[in-house]
Amino acid sequence: MGNLKELSYKLRKDVVDMIVEGKGGHIGGDMSAMDILVELYFEQMNISPENMDAPDRDRFIMSKGHSVEALYTVLAEKGFFPIEQVIKEFSKFGSQFIGHPNNKLPGIEMNSGSLGHGLPVSVGMALAGKMDKKDYRVYTVMGDGELAEGSVWEGTMAGNQYKLDNLCAIVDRNRLQISGNTEDVMGHDDLVQRFSSFGWHVISIDGNNYTELKKAFEEARETKGKPTVIIANTIKGCGSSVMENKANWHHKVPNAEEYAQIIKDFQIRKEAAANE
Amino acid sequence: MNKIANRQVICEVLMDKAKEDKDIVVLCSDSRGSASLAPFAEAFPEQFVEVGIAEQNLVSIAAGLAKCGKKAFAASPASFVSTRSYEQAKIDCAYSNTNVTLIGISGGVSYGALGMSHHSAQDIAAMSAIPNMRVYLPSDRFQTKHLMEALLQDEKPAYIRVGRNPVEDVYYEEYCPFEMDKATVVMEGTDVAIVACGEMVKPAVDAAKLLKEEGISATVVDMYCVKPLDQDTIVKAAESARLVVTVEEHAPMGGLGSMVSQVVGSQCPKTVINMALPDAPVITGTSREVFDYYGLNAEGIVKIIKENI
Repeated sequence: MGNLKELSYKLRKDVVDMIVEGKGGHIGGDMSAMDILVELYFEQMNISPENMDAPDRDRFIMSKGHSVEALYTVLAEKGFFPIEQVIKEFSKFGSQFIGHPNNKLPGIEMNSGSLGHGLPVSVGMALAGKMDKKDYRVYTVMGDGELAEGSVWEGTMAGNQYKLDNLCAIVDRNRLQISGNTEDVMGHDDLVQRFSSFGWHVISIDGNNYTELKKAFEEARETKGKPTVIIANTIKGCGSSVMENKANWHHKVPNAEEYAQIIKDFQIRKEAAANE
Repeated sequence: MNKIANRQVICEVLMDKAKEDKDIVVLCSDSRGSASLAPFAEAFPEQFVEVGIAEQNLVSIAAGLAKCGKKAFAASPASFVSTRSYEQAKIDCAYSNTNVTLIGISGGVSYGALGMSHHSAQDIAAMSAIPNMRVYLPSDRFQTKHLMEALLQDEKPAYIRVGRNPVEDVYYEEYCPFEMDKATVVMEGTDVAIVACGEMVKPAVDAAKLLKEEGISATVVDMYCVKPLDQDTIVKAAESARLVVTVEEHAPMGGLGSMVSQVVGSQCPKTVINMALPDAPVITGTSREVFDYYGLNAEGIVKIIKENI
């Protein structure tokens, strides 16, 4: 457990380096979603460069595609491509490492970027699994601001209609979006009731806590007859007080002074995690 | 007069192939009746997915199924599947490169008096502008069958538009020349080249016959493959003619006429006249009445050609 948390700070540093090098990126959401991705890729999902084309692999869709930098670091750590290449090429002219998922890269199933696509696509993937009687699971991470997209709820309805218990959606509930507090933009305070009323199994957790993440994914796997949504309550900018809970860090590039403080904060938390 | 609509042929081909190929999946958005796909749903319930009245969901779910190895055919009125779920077509089908065929049924002004909400006079322009999306408007039932069989052989995204009602045959059961992504030259002539697609091919052929009686020799090109557009056939037809006329059941902007004009203008400059629906909600009526009102019939095509040649 301590290892994953420790790893997450190494990957957070990779994200910051990538964004500084590429002169842009959605840093706040990368940090909030990082622990969800690390838990999924290193504990939960049956996916690796060796089995990335196998019909039985688990599927992952980054519905909040703007958090692609976090996904790149996790995929690089899994061995899909070298992190040095990502940091060097991210957002540069002619690069494959663009600012949203690009399925020409190994390990990325579908392109995204525009919000509200990941869940309905995941419904199709889960449905295919049921048709083919396969055991794979389908995961998708959405943002909380994303939930204002109507297509999310079309997918939610279909997930229930087809009883897709091989489907698990995760909401990165960091409570901030580009214009500010989600509740001021378009409120989602009743998310548990909302998904429950659509027939889903709902689990609400601290989404930056590995013990809770692990338990939630296990509960989702054991839930039969309906899909599960994990409301992962996270901290936007998680990892450094420079960024945490600050809406303007949605896509800010740190200056030299901020960079130094952020890296220092990561190091302190990484060491603390190693001693846990 | 033929009584079999192109949408019925689509269902027949899918049913025929689905017996052998369990990866064929048909999706509808409360549209199985309108799409003539109810027999498929009944015969192959395990290969049929109903999503309700939700076109965005229809296309995204189709893409997810396709990404996991299915051959997805998503059928919904052309007006909705081409624009309500436009972004899903762009991102989940074309950009992600999934094996999804979008079937726009009751295309163009098929829904007649139901109004502009139900007309798809923008679908060629919209779909053609998406990289990696192919656009097909078959002209009759025989060509529709060939096209469907060809689409079942590949794994790329495509959009097909067919009308609601049976259309008169252009070809014959025993004679329907078809090569994927190559236009069919129905008649060859030397004075005028008529390039048409979908339901406008038959009136174009009839117009060519009328013109012949008056000593005007016309080429008729059935451009069922609007994208990828068969440029070679356009250039060849235009080079041997004095005038090029395009005919389509579409808005005057961004459709077949615009595309043909681009090709002729750049490769073999000639006068090109585009015959299309107006840039306005069309007059109320059956599709036949609408076509007649705007001159999108054999007599109208003849009149335009005689005025301009």
